[in-house]
Parts: sequence; C-alpha cells; structure tokens
Amino acid sequence: MSTNTAGGAPLEAGQVQQLEALAATLSPEQALWVSGYLAGLARYSPAANGQKPAPAGTAARPANPGRVTVLYGTETGNSERVARRLAGRAGEHGLNVRAVDMAEYHTRDLRQETHLLVVTATHGEGDPPEPASGFFEFLQGRKAPDLAGVKFAVLALGDSSYVHFCGAARLLDRRLEDLGGHRLTERVDCDIDFDDTAERWTDEVIGLLRRQLTEETGTARAREATPVASAAQPGLAWPADEDVGLRVASAGWAVNPAAGNVASVLTVGDTTPRYTRRNPYRAEILENILLSGRDSGKETRHLELAIEEGELSFRPGDSLGVVAENEDSIVEAVVEALDLLAGEPVTVNGQARALADVLKADLELTRLTPSFLRSWADAAGAVELAGLVSDGRDDTLRRFMACNQVLDVIERYPVRRLAAHEFVGMLRSLQPRFYSIASSPAWLPGQVDLTVAVTRTTADGKLRNGVASTFLAERRKPGQALDVYVQPHRSFRLPADPASPVIMIGAGAGVAPFRAFLQDREETGAAGRTWLFFGERTFREDFLYQTEWQRFLRTGVLTCMDVAFSRDQERKVYVQHRVRERVLDVWAWLEEGAHVYVCGDAAGMAPGVHEALVAVARQGGSLSRDSAEAYVESLRAQGRYERDVY
Amino acid sequence: MSASRNPPDGDGQTDREISTWDDLSTNGPDGRRTGVDRSRDRSQPVEKLHPNEAIKARSANLRGGLLDGLADPITGAISSDDQQIAKFHGIYLQDDRDLRDERRRKMLEPAWSFMVRARLPGGVCRPDQWLRLDELARTHANGTLRLTTRQSFQFHGVVKKNLKATIQAIHGSLLDTLGACGDVNRGVMATPLPELGPIHEQLFAVARAVSDQLVPRSRAYHEIWLDGEPVYQGPKHDAAGNAEPEEPIYGSTYLPRKFKIGFAVPPVNDVDVFTQDIGFIAIADGDRLVGFNVVVGGGMGRNYNEPDTYPRLGDVIGFCPAPRAVSVAEHVITIQRDYGDRVDRRLARMKYTIDRLGLDWFVAELHTRLGWTLEQPRPYQFETSQDRFGWSENRDGTRNYTLFVENGRVTDGDGHQTMTGLREIARVHAGDFRITPNQNFIVARIAPADSVAIESILEQHRITAATDRSDVRRHSMACVAMPTCPLAMAESERYFPHLMTKVEGLLADTGLANEPIVMRMSGCNNGCSRPYVAEIGFSGRAPGRYDLYVGGGFHGQRLAAPCLENVDETGILETLRGFFERYAAGKRPDERFGDFAIREGWVPEVREGRRFNG
Repeated sequence: MSTNTAGGAPLEAGQVQQLEALAATLSPEQALWVSGYLAGLARYSPAANGQKPAPAGTAARPANPGRVTVLYGTETGNSERVARRLAGRAGEHGLNVRAVDMAEYHTRDLRQETHLLVVTATHGEGDPPEPASGFFEFLQGRKAPDLAGVKFAVLALGDSSYVHFCGAARLLDRRLEDLGGHRLTERVDCDIDFDDTAERWTDEVIGLLRRQLTEETGTARAREATPVASAAQPGLAWPADEDVGLRVASAGWAVNPAAGNVASVLTVGDTTPRYTRRNPYRAEILENILLSGRDSGKETRHLELAIEEGELSFRPGDSLGVVAENEDSIVEAVVEALDLLAGEPVTVNGQARALADVLKADLELTRLTPSFLRSWADAAGAVELAGLVSDGRDDTLRRFMACNQVLDVIERYPVRRLAAHEFVGMLRSLQPRFYSIASSPAWLPGQVDLTVAVTRTTADGKLRNGVASTFLAERRKPGQALDVYVQPHRSFRLPADPASPVIMIGAGAGVAPFRAFLQDREETGAAGRTWLFFGERTFREDFLYQTEWQRFLRTGVLTCMDVAFSRDQERKVYVQHRVRERVLDVWAWLEEGAHVYVCGDAAGMAPGVHEALVAVARQGGSLSRDSAEAYVESLRAQGRYERDVY
Repeated sequence: MSASRNPPDGDGQTDREISTWDDLSTNGPDGRRTGVDRSRDRSQPVEKLHPNEAIKARSANLRGGLLDGLADPITGAISSDDQQIAKFHGIYLQDDRDLRDERRRKMLEPAWSFMVRARLPGGVCRPDQWLRLDELARTHANGTLRLTTRQSFQFHGVVKKNLKATIQAIHGSLLDTLGACGDVNRGVMATPLPELGPIHEQLFAVARAVSDQLVPRSRAYHEIWLDGEPVYQGPKHDAAGNAEPEEPIYGSTYLPRKFKIGFAVPPVNDVDVFTQDIGFIAIADGDRLVGFNVVVGGGMGRNYNEPDTYPRLGDVIGFCPAPRAVSVAEHVITIQRDYGDRVDRRLARMKYTIDRLGLDWFVAELHTRLGWTLEQPRPYQFETSQDRFGWSENRDGTRNYTLFVENGRVTDGDGHQTMTGLREIARVHAGDFRITPNQNFIVARIAPADSVAIESILEQHRITAATDRSDVRRHSMACVAMPTCPLAMAESERYFPHLMTKVEGLLADTGLANEPIVMRMSGCNNGCSRPYVAEIGFSGRAPGRYDLYVGGGFHGQRLAAPCLENVDETGILETLRGFFERYAAGKRPDERFGDFAIREGWVPEVREGRRFNG
C-alpha cells in the first residue's frame, strides 16, 4: 500500500505534518476510526462536492443525481460478491455507482439516494445478515426517511429449505415501497444456486438503469476525478489485512463517491476465491476421528484435510463448504418408492445421466423445501400436504420440514407413474454444507481441520441421517478425497489489534473457530488475554478438544476457561449461565476493549448469551435495561460482538 | 529446640532436629549416635531428599493446593503434587486404563476418577454404616464396594465433583478416610473373629487406640472436605503464635513411606502379622489379653530387577504388656520417622531401615526411646492364615456367618446377589459386620431372634452358594489392578477367578480337590495381595505374563521364593500340573503344599528377606 504524502495528496505541507503527527500516535483501530470520521466530514462538507449542505428535514435529493448505490447485506460474503460484481459492471457501462455494505452505510445518506440497488441475504428465521441488522432496524423504524421518487430493486439471496425463504429481503422490498420508493423491477429471490439468477438480474438492472439514467441526466460525467484511495490514506500505514482493506474501500467510497474509480476500489476488495462451490478443491482426508467419548449421546467428529501449499486460502473464522453425496440406501429407497429404475436416464444440464447417480450427487434428498412440498402436493393430489404449505402456518410447516425428509413425503403421499424427469425437476440441487474451520493456517499450514456434529435424528427423534455429517462420519475415510471450498466469514475475525482481549463463547461444535483463534494467537504471539466459555452435555464424554484447551491454558495462550455441562447435574447449565456467573469479570474485560465471539446454536444459545451480555452491562455498568441493550448494540456496531450461529 | 544437643555426627541442621529426638537422646546409650549414617534421613535439608519430601514439607500440614485443584473444572485430575497429598486423605487419583489410549486419540484427558479408601480399624463396622456406604457406592462410585486386604473398603470410580460429597457422607456415617493412604500409619488391622469373644474386644480396643494415636492431627481434612473453619495460618513459627501446630508425632514431612500395623491372635494369622511394619501377636491368659509379642520390619513391596528391594518378614523382638502397645507403636514409628531413607523411596520402608542399621541397633534405640525394655517373647503357635467360612457360634449364644467374597468385590452378579443380600441383612441385623484380612466378610454376632431371617436372606441371594466353593478358591486373593490401579502391569482381580477355575480343574485331575492351598495374585511387584507369603504367588509383569513364586508358609510364617519369570497362562498351568502331580504322589499326611515345595527343593527356602532375590 502506497504511503503518498504531499506528493500525491491534495494537502498543504502544514496539513500533511499535522496528519502525520497524529497518525504516528494512532493504533490501527484508531486510524480506521479517524478515516471514517474524516470521510464523514468530507461527505457533509460543502467543499467536498461543491454544493450547499442540504437543509435538514427537507427533501435533500438529489445530491448526486444519477448516482447508483448498491447496498449489500452480507454475513458470508455472497451478497457482497454479487454487489461488487454489479457495481463493477455498471461502472464499465459508464454508470456512477458505489457499492456499500449495509453495516458501514450511513443511514442519513438515504435522503440523497436516487437509485438504490439492494442485494441481501436472509438468515435463520427470516433474519437479516447479522452485520446488517442495524440497517434493517433503522429502515423499519420511525426514523426511516421518505423515499419518494427513489428507484430501487432488490435481489434476495436465501435458502429455500427455510420457511422464511428470503424473508429479510421480502420485508425490505416491501418497506422500500411503503416509504415511497419506486420499483425498477420485481424482486428476485435466489436459492443457494444463486449465480445464474443473480447474473440475469444484474444484466436486467444495468439495462434498466442505463436506459433511465442516460435519458434522465446523460450522466457518468464525473468519472475522471482522482482515485479516492489517496484521499483516504494520507500517509497512514494500514495493516495488510483483507478485512481492513475492505472497510477502507467502503470508507473511501464515501469520501467522494462521484469521483469513484470503481476498478481500483474493487481491486482492493477483490476476494473472488479460486475455489468455489462449482469448482471445489479436492482435499485428501488425513484424519477422521470421533471426538465424543464412547458413552456419549452425541457424535462429534474431527476431520483433518490436506491442502497443497497456496491452494486454499482462509483465515480463522472462515467456514468450509463441503460437497457431499447422498447415501446409497436413501437413493435406493427413493427410487423404489417412486417405482422407477436406478439406471433410468434423466437429462441434467443437457447431459443424460442415470437417475440414481443424479439423485446421489446432485439433488437434495434430506432437507425438504416448501417448493418441493408444493409440487409434490400437486402431483399427489394431497390436500393435507397442500394445506400445510399454503395456509401460512409457519410453525406447523417448519416442524414438518424438520421432522421429515423427501423419502417420508413420497412414501406418505404416493404418486403413481411419476416420470423420473418430473421428480428430478421438483428437487433442489444438493447444497454444500458449511462447517466452521477449526484450525489456523498460520499455526498449521497445509491443513484444514473441521469439527462436525453428526446428525442422525430429525427433530422428532426419528432416525434420519443428515447428508453431509453422515457422509463425513461413515463414507469418508482417511486417504479419500473431499470436495471443499472456503466460505469467508468477514464478520467473524480476531481483533486487528493483537493486544485486544478476546471472549469466546461456543457450544458443541461451535467451539471449532475458537480452536482456530487460539492456534492463531499462539502462532502470532498475540499479547491479548483470551477467555473461552464452552458448553456441551457432559464433562466426561463431550469435552471437545479437552486436552488442547488444557495445553493452551498451560502455555497461557488461553487465559481462562469456563465450562457448562448441561447434563452433569439436575439443573441444566449452559454457557449463558456461566457468563452470568462471571458478570463483573466479563464487564471488566469489555471495558478493556474485549471482543466477544459467539458460535453455535442460533435458537437457544445465541439469544441466551445475548441476554447474558445485556445482564453483564446492566450489573457491571449499573445501566438501565435500555442502556444495557444499547451498550451491547454498540459492541456490535463497533465490530466487537460477532456471531457465527446457525 | 537446642543446637547444643545436636548429635555429634550432626550435619549442622540444628533447627531441623525434632524435639522428640533430642529429648530422647539425652538418655541415649553410647554408640547409638555414632556410626549411624544420617545422610539419607530427615536430618538433611529437604532439598537433598526425595522430591516427595519437599511436597510434604510445603503442603502446610496436608493442605497443598487441594482446594483449588478440586475446584478446577477443566480437568478431572489434580496436580501431581496434590496427588501425593491427597493420598494422606485416603484418596488416589486413578484412570480407566481400558480407555486411556482411546481417549488420548479423541483429545480427551484420561477418564480420571478417584479411589476412596475408608479407615476402618480392625475391619469392624455397624449395619447402619454399611447401608450408607452401600448407597454411596451406587450413587457416587462404580456400583461396587471393594473389600481390601487391610480390612477396609474402597470406592472406585468417584469423579472429582463427587469427591467431597462422598467423603462427607463417609464422615456422616462416623467413619473417615484420613490416613488411609500416604506416608503415615495406614489402617490398623486386627483379627476380626467374633468367636474370640472378650479377647477380641480387648484386642480391638488396643487396635483402635493405636489407630487413634497415629492418625494425623492436621485440620486440613476437616477444612477441605467437611467445610471446617480454616485453621492454618502460615508457618508454624509465625508471630501470631496461634497457628496450627506441627504434627506432634509425624512432623511436617510425615513418614518416609507408608506404615502398616496389624494385630493377630494365635493360632490364626489372618492379618499376616509378619508382613506388617509392626505386628502384634496377642498373648492371652484365658479371657484376659496379657500383652503382645512385638514384630517389626515386615513388608511386601519390591521392584523387579532391583535386588536391593525385597519382601521381608518381620522379626519378633520381645513382649510388651497390653497397655503399653500404643507407646511401643508410637516409638517404633518415630525411629522410622527419624532414620528412614528419605532419598530413595524404593528403600524407604522400615524393613530396609532395620536391615541397614541392624536389628540390634533398632531394638536398642527403641528401648532408649521407650525408657524401658521389652520382655522376652512369649511362646505362640500359628496354624493358619485363612478364614473359616460358614456358620460359627459365640459363647454368648450369638452366631456368625463368614461369607466368601471373591477378591473382595462386593457386587451382584455371576450367580449371586451379595451386594443386595448384605444390604437386606444390614436392615435387620443387630450385631455388626467385619471385614477379614482375606477380603471376606463376617456377619457377626447375629442375635438368635434374627438368625432365621438372615439365614434366609443368605440363601435367597445365593450368598451361601457363592461361599460354598473350593478351599483353594476361598483361600485365594487378588488385588484390584486393571483397569483402575495406575501401578498394575497385568490383570489381577478380573483375571484371577478364571485362572482359579483352571487350577480347580488341575487339582481335581490330580486328586487334590479338597486341598487348601494359599494362592494369591498381584498385578504388579508391590504385592498388595501379599503374594510373596503365599504358597503359590503371582505378580504381574506385562499383560498376560506373571512371575511365579512358590514355597510360602501356609500360615504366613515363611516367604515364598521366585520360581518362574514372565510366564503366560499355558506356562503357569503346565508348571502347576507338574507340581500338583508330584505333591499328590509325595506329600506326607497334613503336609502343606508350600512346605512340600521346599522339601522337594523346587525353590530354596527363603530364610530372610535379603535372600529373596537369591
């Protein structure tokens, strides 16, 4: 990264000196904050864009007529990738465009937007991506501005196996309209195979924008201005950190969006991975160990995969997508239930292949989707099933989907003489499964470790194997290969400052990224204190990686550890209880700048831990409930409270 | 404390000399203090001694870091230093060795648990106490109670978080575990035979008094387990002066090694009195317990391939009147405390102290410390070391039932429900229970009114059937060994019954089915089941392999001798078949197997411990 001073920066010599003097005293985090502060000043300074400041409360737009803002809400990076590709291509077409993470977006800018493109993922029960939750809250709230005249379009990324498929995006789409926005085009909902759909949507909105904007303003005039990067980085040495790089890029965009050089900024944030779901990396399995004790009620495995040098780059906090196959016995059972032949040819992507092969490798046979249920209900004439999908009783539907697999449905609601291609058309393509990476590449190059909780029952306790976990547990042995790719998790990263304390809270296999964190901190010799809260069922059988934590404690890499074993006593004890028991210490750590990480169960643990953190702020800081919640929210806003929950 | 009274061969460690020694040394005879090598005993600075000595010295009278270690939720173990201290509290850290490798691969620590051993002088307990212990075994341990070769019982598989509750419950039954292990006097043994009537009562009283006198005085046990107020305020000489005093008998470093005391009443040597550090052989005049012949210097432990370690039988050194037994025990212990080897724990037992310094020196030192002289030993005659099974009568009209508990494991299974049966008996029984030194169990002093009920419980739970086994099996004894004992090199308790079945077959083949032969197996060289005094003994070398010893005295009067090394079961059975055939053909009437083995010259007679290794 260049360190342009007066030579390239539009600053006076005295200003450069002042800036350098300040810069010398700044930690990387402070530097980041200052950059954002200055960026904000610049944006609202009349000098910045040669315009008078807009009077508050009045319709301020258009400050930048014809500017397109692509807002993305992302947790895993997929929406960001789509948004940046959109921005890049729009820029190539001469459009004035910027891509901004909702997490970084200043909501008061909304008043100035004229063209808003939204790409957002949905998580869990229709929730927005965690880093974007503040933006969503704002937009739903009373402070949301009038958006009359704003043109918008929404692309939704989701997973149709969830009841609230693309729920967050739907809500946003409706809300933008309610606020007065005008849809450029109908929202498009993408399932896990989003690439093609997203590409088509991108083409469509670029086409629409070009027509509109050239008609409206004959725009794209200001693209000759100086690159923003030099304005945002007057002599500051940024850490060579991909994450920081991205944040810089966002901040940089905000300085003078009209002057944005799309290509240069995209280079800073270009993280297009070499290996993807469609082009996975073939890794050799080195180890496949059952971690659970022999009398455990659970089955949690530890996998070690070999990676050739430089092939798969990842960081602690990232996940690994695992491409799995269905069990032969399930495939056989499905084929038999349909009264079809395993070798029956079906055409997939223009290729004729045997039905059983397609079912095994390409299609989802374990997780149900509402769309499959709908199609099946039609084919079977199953009124009961149709009612389940259509009557909007989410809980019932969700429960049904959690307790049944495709085979259950086709057995219970038989369809006679269904053609193979018809059935195949109903199914969703087989999705990779994601596992938090349990190792640090710095600590152990050439290897990636996973912690896999094996699913063998459905929600109602019926014996039904999960596809990937049993694939890994039973059908993949050391020496065999596994197709994988990295799914970055940018909002689950160790603090940039190695001296920052770290509080890690994980239950079950959710402890995996913390193994990676501690390995990383050991390798880098980070000075910050570390505290791990771990929860599982029993001390004796389920203390995942016990001897490794003991070693980290001995060597001081792990400062302290609290454990909650829910079934070791009458009363169920979980990690959130342990956090509450240590209220004052947790508070002291937070006040010293600790970053909090939560990984594991989204339904029970994550909200419980959240409440515990609010309790910490209430008791530790003697805050009211509202202030305590605001405190925790501020942790999140500062990137000091990050979650990887599922 | 006075530097001027330091012994002339002194080492300059004036402030470390303990007052007992100095007080006694003022009347010491000439020669006692000269020519005695003090370079390995507690007159030396603790840094020069075995690391365990420093651990004891640092432990603040047996506190160590136990409280913190027990509270640490990340491990089921305690620190290695605290493991040494924990022994004094009657607990041993163990792990399930069957799972050790598997758990290591799973990145789980060993399946740690604790063995908790109660202190039960003379092996006597009340039925209500038994009921609580039985319940504890089922709620906090592995569901069994293990009777020991020292007349106590052990719980196995107590996990750390249950440890305090277990010890509190034991305390609640008015028993404790203090000093059941560790470098102190262990549980005092005494023949439990109820039919001895008044003699047993007098004997038991002395045994209890000795036990009480020699139990550690530290309040650490109460603080750690029973939530007692902390009394330890720092080093003994701190300014406040209200600190807990140093142990009056043991001092801050306790004994160099474990110490064992047993009381026997001829003609039954069930306590194996010659294997104790101090043995007391009761001398009675009618119903009056007159006194004891005193035996010193017994001990079983040895190390393989280290001929300077050996089992040793004690020497009879004289007679003491009954009221003076406590004083004799205490003074013998102080000699061992002061002169025992604290550099090399292998050689720290009193048997080596005596062999190193000489029996004559030892007796003279004892007389000096006592201030009086033991009388000449009185005549006595032992006939057996074994229990008499089944029913017996007492003079007061009560009855006893001695049941066979194979290898001391009280459990239900294998065709009997001993554990359940004893629980039911405990609910109706007005007498007491006694654990024998051979790991068997006596329902003692059954009132005539309860006799029928108890008899029916015994029948119903097939306890009588389980007791009605061959003599050779009933005279057999095995230590715990795998999977819990950390010292075990081979199976013992889990394997011995299977071997005994084959031995029974051999004896039947050779016409010796009713021959009582004393056979004992230990899983390692330490000899907890006293195999070195058995007629046929085994000690584990490696999985499936044992050393074989023969020629021990039937009533514990003679050591066995090493016969074969590292043999497997086939080798054992071949050898025994040959022995049994020759014994059947050549034995004189009433000639014991061990005596025959010596007469035949299969092994040389071992006349003293130092000759055990040849």
